Amino acid sequence: MGSTNSTLLKIPNVEVLMQETGFSPAHIIRLHDRFKALDKEGRGYLCPQDFGAIKELAMNPIGDRIIGAFFSPGKETVDFHTFVKILAHFRPVDKDRPKEPNSLEPINSRSNKLKFAFQLYDQDKDGKISRDELLKVLRAMLGMQVTEEQLESIADRTIQEADLDRDDAISFEEFRKSLEKVNIDHKMSIRFLR
Amino acid sequence: MELKMFLLVLGLLVGISSPGRAANHGKPPDTYDHELQNQGNYTRATPSKKPFPVLSFNFEHVKVPFEISLWVLLASLMKLGFHLIPRLSSIVPESCLLIVVGLLVGGLMKVVSEVPPVLDSNVFFLYLLPPIILDAGYFLPIRQFTENLGTILMFAVVGTLWNAFFVGGLLYGVCQLEGHKLVNVDLLSCLLFGSIISAVDPVAVLAVFEEIHINELLHILVFGESLLNDAVTVVLYHLFEEYSTVGTITVMDVFLGVVCFLVVSLGGIVVGAIYGILAAFTSRFTSHTRVIEPLFVFVYSYMAYLSAEVFHLSGIMALIACGAVMRPYVEANISHKSHTTIKYFLKMWSSVSDTLIFIFLGVSTVAGPHEWNWTFVVATVIFCLVARVLGVVGLTFVINKFRIVKLTPKDQFIIAYGGLRGAIAFSLVYLLSTEHFPKRNMFLTAIITVIFFTVFVQGMTIRPLVDLLAVKKKQETKRSINEEIHTQFLDHLLTGIEDICGHYGHHHWKDKLNRFNKKYVKKCLIAGERSREPQLIAFYHKMEMKQAIELVESGGGAKLPSALPSTVSMQNIQPKKPPQDRALPQLSKAREQEIRKILRTNLQRTRQRLRSYNRHTLIADPYEDGWNEILIKRKKMMELEKKISQMNNYLTVPAPPPDSPTIARARLASDPQAWGLKSVTESIPTIKVDLASPQSPESVNVVNEFGKKGSQPKGSQLKASEEEEGGLTMKIPSPPKQRKDKTADEDNDKEPQQRLMRCLSDPGPAAEEEDEDEPFLP
Repeated sequence: MGSTNSTLLKIPNVEVLMQETGFSPAHIIRLHDRFKALDKEGRGYLCPQDFGAIKELAMNPIGDRIIGAFFSPGKETVDFHTFVKILAHFRPVDKDRPKEPNSLEPINSRSNKLKFAFQLYDQDKDGKISRDELLKVLRAMLGMQVTEEQLESIADRTIQEADLDRDDAISFEEFRKSLEKVNIDHKMSIRFLR
Repeated sequence: MELKMFLLVLGLLVGISSPGRAANHGKPPDTYDHELQNQGNYTRATPSKKPFPVLSFNFEHVKVPFEISLWVLLASLMKLGFHLIPRLSSIVPESCLLIVVGLLVGGLMKVVSEVPPVLDSNVFFLYLLPPIILDAGYFLPIRQFTENLGTILMFAVVGTLWNAFFVGGLLYGVCQLEGHKLVNVDLLSCLLFGSIISAVDPVAVLAVFEEIHINELLHILVFGESLLNDAVTVVLYHLFEEYSTVGTITVMDVFLGVVCFLVVSLGGIVVGAIYGILAAFTSRFTSHTRVIEPLFVFVYSYMAYLSAEVFHLSGIMALIACGAVMRPYVEANISHKSHTTIKYFLKMWSSVSDTLIFIFLGVSTVAGPHEWNWTFVVATVIFCLVARVLGVVGLTFVINKFRIVKLTPKDQFIIAYGGLRGAIAFSLVYLLSTEHFPKRNMFLTAIITVIFFTVFVQGMTIRPLVDLLAVKKKQETKRSINEEIHTQFLDHLLTGIEDICGHYGHHHWKDKLNRFNKKYVKKCLIAGERSREPQLIAFYHKMEMKQAIELVESGGGAKLPSALPSTVSMQNIQPKKPPQDRALPQLSKAREQEIRKILRTNLQRTRQRLRSYNRHTLIADPYEDGWNEILIKRKKMMELEKKISQMNNYLTVPAPPPDSPTIARARLASDPQAWGLKSVTESIPTIKVDLASPQSPESVNVVNEFGKKGSQPKGSQLKASEEEEGGLTMKIPSPPKQRKDKTADEDNDKEPQQRLMRCLSDPGPAAEEEDEDEPFLP
């Protein structure tokens, strides 16, 4: 336990981090090791190229979006805190957490998980997934195998199904509603991060 | 009334069957014709000359098939009967009723002093069980199964082992304590008995769970467990049976047993997978012989089962593996009709098997040699229940540490309560020989009691309990395209996050498997273009087809053309609206003829004009050119307005309504030329379409007829091409190209020509519309 304690001490504000994200010390250390492994030049922060070096991520159709989600708008670097906070979204939901009346919703709540996913769709951050944004995602996922018309009809159909207020875009509420039957707690959790 | 007729028929059948068995009584009329041909073989003739026998009776000749058919008929009629009795099927599960019927029939036979047939283990394992398992395996929900695989395996392997040893051990203890009658039941026999009785039975589970519509998680847990514990049962059964003669088991044997378990289960799966791949590969080439496609599915699966049984591997697991492996590829290759055939045949066979099994169980109870021993039987029942509950609770405690979505006590109760025993246990005991197992009859009685207890008591009470505990029921939902897209998106997202964490988790491997599948396997096993079709597109097509079919059915009399995939998307604004009463009224025959005549004459002129078009001339006749454009656009406009009229339920078609954005975005709305060319149509002696004015129903009909004729051949054309190529390829030329080309290109030209040709040759709405009873369901 000695080495772990010392590693923990090296990380600034680790108490706050653990409080906010709910990660245990063991997890923080594991993530810190991973952070250091990614940060090859030892600068203490990550930039997009570091993420790009992960080769499986390069093959992922939405890999660049995921990388983009780590970087807040305008910033070019990700420090450890942000790294952990983003990954905290994917912690399995702990049902037996006592519900304090004034506490903020935990990062890994169902709603926050959905918000994270929504932000990946909604690149221009206007709070809605427009038809174009949807088309971009479809194009990324389906790639070269599909004709443009097929993509468009799928996009039209998707928006029709989900769009309740007829504004030709999917808002967060509509997004949430269309996924109400999917078990998001299960679907968006990584067991590793429990 | 129906019920009375049914009972009458039933009585007749039973009446016929019992004398039929005793032969030489009565004369069932249908054997007469058959007999006339077989005069020579039968020894009715005496040496002295007899008059030529016009009619004779020989039952022995057809005895076996006759009896089998009679049993099957009885089973099916029983099934019919239950649903005629109004409230019975909602209180008592079918399996119970069937066992009761079996008891009655057995009793009847005993009264008539016939020997009632016992459920022969061979017949059971080779003929009755495979259809049920194949049905289960082919339609296994793979996603839920793999997500919960760890839990299922724990329950199947560890749970069954626990049950077997607990029950066996405690029974041995009871036997020792009991004294006199039971002392010579040795440990190994008890353990053997324990292992046979501890296996949850898939047939019984399916029969009961099917009716209570419980949520998918619980269903797959109990059902998956019942399937996978077959390997454990096989190993334990053979192990204890082999060594019960010797009397002892060494550590070496136990070790070999474990190895045997791995071999049995993995071997079974490998055998099944091999046959599955063979079946998938074969189905790639069946595009010219569509009729025998279902046969391949059935025969390959059955061969997988039999091959596994040859080596004493787990036949059930082989069958499941075969069905699950071949399904995605076979479904991509076979025609829609073959798919329906496979589905219905599997359901039919499994249903008949299931019914027969339960009836025979009842009959065997009456027939079988029994030895009732109060202590043993009661102890068995109690220990089984206790073992099950303890096992489930204990295992869940361990499993919940590893699950993301934990199992609640309610879930645990249902899992424990759903552990039904059935005919497999019965058959396994029946296979035991009496020399090695002197107490085999007692075992038989005990097993039958346990089976009856679980099926009757647990089967009947599980439904009210499910309601009482408010267990989540199955959601009768169709997966929406939103869910499909977003789940795929989330899959990619989670895979990416796992990669960032550097953790090779569930998603990582799934992604790798998918990639491998797409790159290599699909190319081998799926014919033609569909090998490259991404899953989302396949899903989307299925959905569109489904809705197209639903639309046709709900449209009632007026058959609506619905097979244009790209435009169907516009129709689904209110997919669940009931069929509208103002659906296009039927035309009388005379009027139809008149319209057809008009169309024919006008279109003839069109055809003449079109023929003079020569694609080599650069300066095309602008008038003709315009006509093509008009024709095409008019058709599109008519389809559009038909759809709008369906949706909005009024017949006036003003400028595309601004409030429905999809219509606004539709090709026509943004096309100025569609409206501009209207003036030209005045001079052509054809049916006028004035879009801006309110139209009378009749003229709309005419328009619709025209539009319908126009688009329907295209639909059938598309369907035909689907049949040939085995996949839906969208051939609709995209409108932007249409609009921009002033020199109508060949494709556009040929299509209207073809369409018109089909118009003329088409006697009416296509008669070869596929008559589906229910929408295409994956």
